[in-house]
Amino acid sequence: MADDNIPIRRRNFLLGAGTAVAASLTPPAAEAQTAPTAPGDAEPLLTLTPTEHAFFVAAADTLIPADNLSPSGSQCGVAAFIDRQLAGAYGSGARLYRDGPFLKGKPELGYQLPLNPREFFRAGIAAANEWSRKTYGKDFDRLADADREAALQAMESGKAEFSGFSSRMFFNALLDISMEGFFADPIYGGNRDMAAWKMVGYPGLPATYREDIKKYFGKKYDKPPRSIADFS
Amino acid sequence: MTVTLKETDAVVIGVGWTGSILARELTKAGLNVVGLERGAKRMPRDDFTIPSVRDDLKYAVRQELFQDTQLETVSLRHSPSETALPIRRLGSFLPGTDLGGAGAHWNGMTWRWLPSDHRLRSHITERYGKNAIPDEMTIQDLPVSYDELEPYYDKFEKLCGVSGKAGNLRGKIVDGGNVFEGPRQNEYPNPPLAKSMAGTIMDTACRSLGYHPFQAPSSNASEVYTNFEGQTLGACEYCGHCERFGCEANAKASPNVCILPALLADSKFELRAHAQVKELVYDKAARKVKAVRYVDTRSGEEYEQPASIVILGAYVFNNVLLMLTAGIGEPYDYKTGKGAVGRNYCYQVSGNAVTVFFEDKEINPFMAAGAHGVLIDDFNGDNFDHGGLGFFGGAWIQAGPTNGRPIATRPVPPGTPRWGRDWKQATAKWYNHAFTIGASGCNYAHRENFLDLDPTYRDALGRPLIRLSYNFHDNDYKLAGYVGGVLGRVAKAMNPTVMSTPSVKKGDYSVVPYQSTHNTGGTITGTDPKTSVVNRYLQSWDADNLFVMGASVFPQNASYNPTGLVGALAYWSANAIVTQYLKSPGPLVHA
Ligand SMILES: Cc1cc2nc3c(=O)[nH]c(=O)nc-3n(C[C@H](O)[C@H](O)[C@H](O)COP(=O)(O)OP(=O)(O)OC[C@H]3O[C@@H](n4cnc5c(N)ncnc54)[C@H](O)[C@@H]3O)c2cc1C
Repeated sequence: MADDNIPIRRRNFLLGAGTAVAASLTPPAAEAQTAPTAPGDAEPLLTLTPTEHAFFVAAADTLIPADNLSPSGSQCGVAAFIDRQLAGAYGSGARLYRDGPFLKGKPELGYQLPLNPREFFRAGIAAANEWSRKTYGKDFDRLADADREAALQAMESGKAEFSGFSSRMFFNALLDISMEGFFADPIYGGNRDMAAWKMVGYPGLPATYREDIKKYFGKKYDKPPRSIADFS
Repeated sequence: MTVTLKETDAVVIGVGWTGSILARELTKAGLNVVGLERGAKRMPRDDFTIPSVRDDLKYAVRQELFQDTQLETVSLRHSPSETALPIRRLGSFLPGTDLGGAGAHWNGMTWRWLPSDHRLRSHITERYGKNAIPDEMTIQDLPVSYDELEPYYDKFEKLCGVSGKAGNLRGKIVDGGNVFEGPRQNEYPNPPLAKSMAGTIMDTACRSLGYHPFQAPSSNASEVYTNFEGQTLGACEYCGHCERFGCEANAKASPNVCILPALLADSKFELRAHAQVKELVYDKAARKVKAVRYVDTRSGEEYEQPASIVILGAYVFNNVLLMLTAGIGEPYDYKTGKGAVGRNYCYQVSGNAVTVFFEDKEINPFMAAGAHGVLIDDFNGDNFDHGGLGFFGGAWIQAGPTNGRPIATRPVPPGTPRWGRDWKQATAKWYNHAFTIGASGCNYAHRENFLDLDPTYRDALGRPLIRLSYNFHDNDYKLAGYVGGVLGRVAKAMNPTVMSTPSVKKGDYSVVPYQSTHNTGGTITGTDPKTSVVNRYLQSWDADNLFVMGASVFPQNASYNPTGLVGALAYWSANAIVTQYLKSPGPLVHA
């Protein structure tokens, strides 16, 4: 079984591997992009198991690979963001109606499972790794880059046959929460150094443009982004 | 044990837009009014401040200000033959909670219905013949004409300090305004908002096609403005955090900014927050709602508040729920067409959109107000000839971003993957160079679209959920197809570097993507108690002291965002209560 590794070792392994991958992919001109302010993978976890964390790191780095535009998803804190989200109110089902009976419905009727987001990802990652072991002989986070991409594509299209779980639904939730982590204000642990905002040119706060909307009409806005933390 | 309280002159259920207006007008007339609001007492100076007000994740994504679906939701089935399932997480629409209701976090597009929308059934019959309207399309006239309502539209616009430009000033057509609107007696209280790049591109393209573009009528004040309540709105900051957020500049008109400071200072008004109304105590023989039962959600204590007048302003779903559970009026039966409570539930036909990309233009989508688009009404309502088209109604068509918050707003050209290297490149490249042209279509009542009580699922108070039987039908799909064609023409006329294929609403109604919080019907207004729940003054046909507010009274839905009409009807009804009902309490219309 690929599951039987010691948690500490797994995390150390990942920390090393992630850094190496990022460094090799990053063109020299964008050196600054590879230096996140906080060493994300060394942060204590609130709710994720080491296996789950490793899964999210690998997924985030495949969905949001390091390049000249930004460091990788996990380097930007996406896995730390997910850990915090799933440990908090959202993860435990805030604003989710959870009375039964739970019946299978058409997709147009929306989410109908009894699982809260924390439970959903626990079950989903277990199913994804089981499928990955069956298909590639290893857990998802142990796959080479090209296989990770192929695996996520198979989940996205629903072709990956997870046992007892919709791989497409899992993928969509994974993509959503990863993008939330990448683009949300850095106060939540992702989007470190406002890397995602810099990548697209979103200025963040304070967002008071009464004069600028005229001044910058048709012109590129050139002020660096600021976060909620910069005003707190 | 239920504690019975001292009787008051009037009780208002829900202190959002309509509850605030009614409470204010009734206290001005000398009544003692109690406002029962299920949510907390949110006030902008504490709740909506920089920097936390700019929290995209908290407000836009995790839905901080909306009804808590853990406690209360609705269920949906696409047709009466199916089993409804609960909406477990809000998506398609986002009912508000807390003081100010959805009025605290709306976008501010503030419309009047077209004169022909007011008399829809009569208008279509006159223009297209007696047999033009299919049997299953159960549309009706709004029993208040445009001309009658004009002063009340005007009043609501002055309350909100709406920014815009008249297109029809006392019959004179004015270029740059909406030339299709009904005649207005007065110009808008404030000039239009500053132009955006996207709006300018839209304006030029529409003019080149011979259409009539105009800037959205907007309750985001373009200038500092003091309304007739003595409340001052700040000037809009174009912050790009409008819809789903409170406004830190006090520039977005809301009950919290426009009315509540005056109301809360009035000793005739008592606000009870955390007061969730559970049921109405109805005396059928006396034709009265004698009292209102509510739970104080801080203690679990139950209270009974007797009142001479009861105002129901709890938004569409809870308005219908409270009437059905009290047994006021006859529930609608889609098989026989009998009964009116729950009848003619409507929504809007959205999901038509096209995204345009311009390599050489900086759009700056993050500098935006909530209601900041440039629109055309050339294909709305009956502004164009429907002869031979096979459908009625139309859509407003709009371009202009409301925000550039990148969790949700980061357009990429068609064919771009959703993640990975190519996605990153495209996102970085196009983020500041694209915008979407969208449309909001009319939704005309259908016999099989209605609200009733769910037989299975319950809310936290043990009451049945409201069940929506709802889907789009032939008229909606044809309308969407037609509007999709217009969107394509407008997009092409912009001469973009790349454009998406205009999407056309297809398939079953989905509760997942946000479409609009423009739910209507269920307690509709009309001239006949058999086919309506309230009369033209929004007074219940079955309980003389009960007045029902909000879009639940719309006989069907026009393409417009509802609150202009909702606010106008609230003032219209308040005027009838004060000038007629108080003098002789009883039915204001004899059926
Ligand atoms: C995100 C968003 C954007 C919008 N944008 C626009 C726009 O641009 N233009 C437009 O015209 N409209 C818009 N709307 C719609 C607009 O907000 C509503 O039309 C308007 O607020 C309706 O007023 P109301 O008084 O009927 O309901 P609300 O303002 O929602 O007030 C209802 C109140 O009743 C309370 N309540 C409900 N049930 C109970 C109960 N049992 N006991 C006690 N209190 C209760 C609620 O908590 C709430 O405070 C938008 C809505 C949303 C959510």
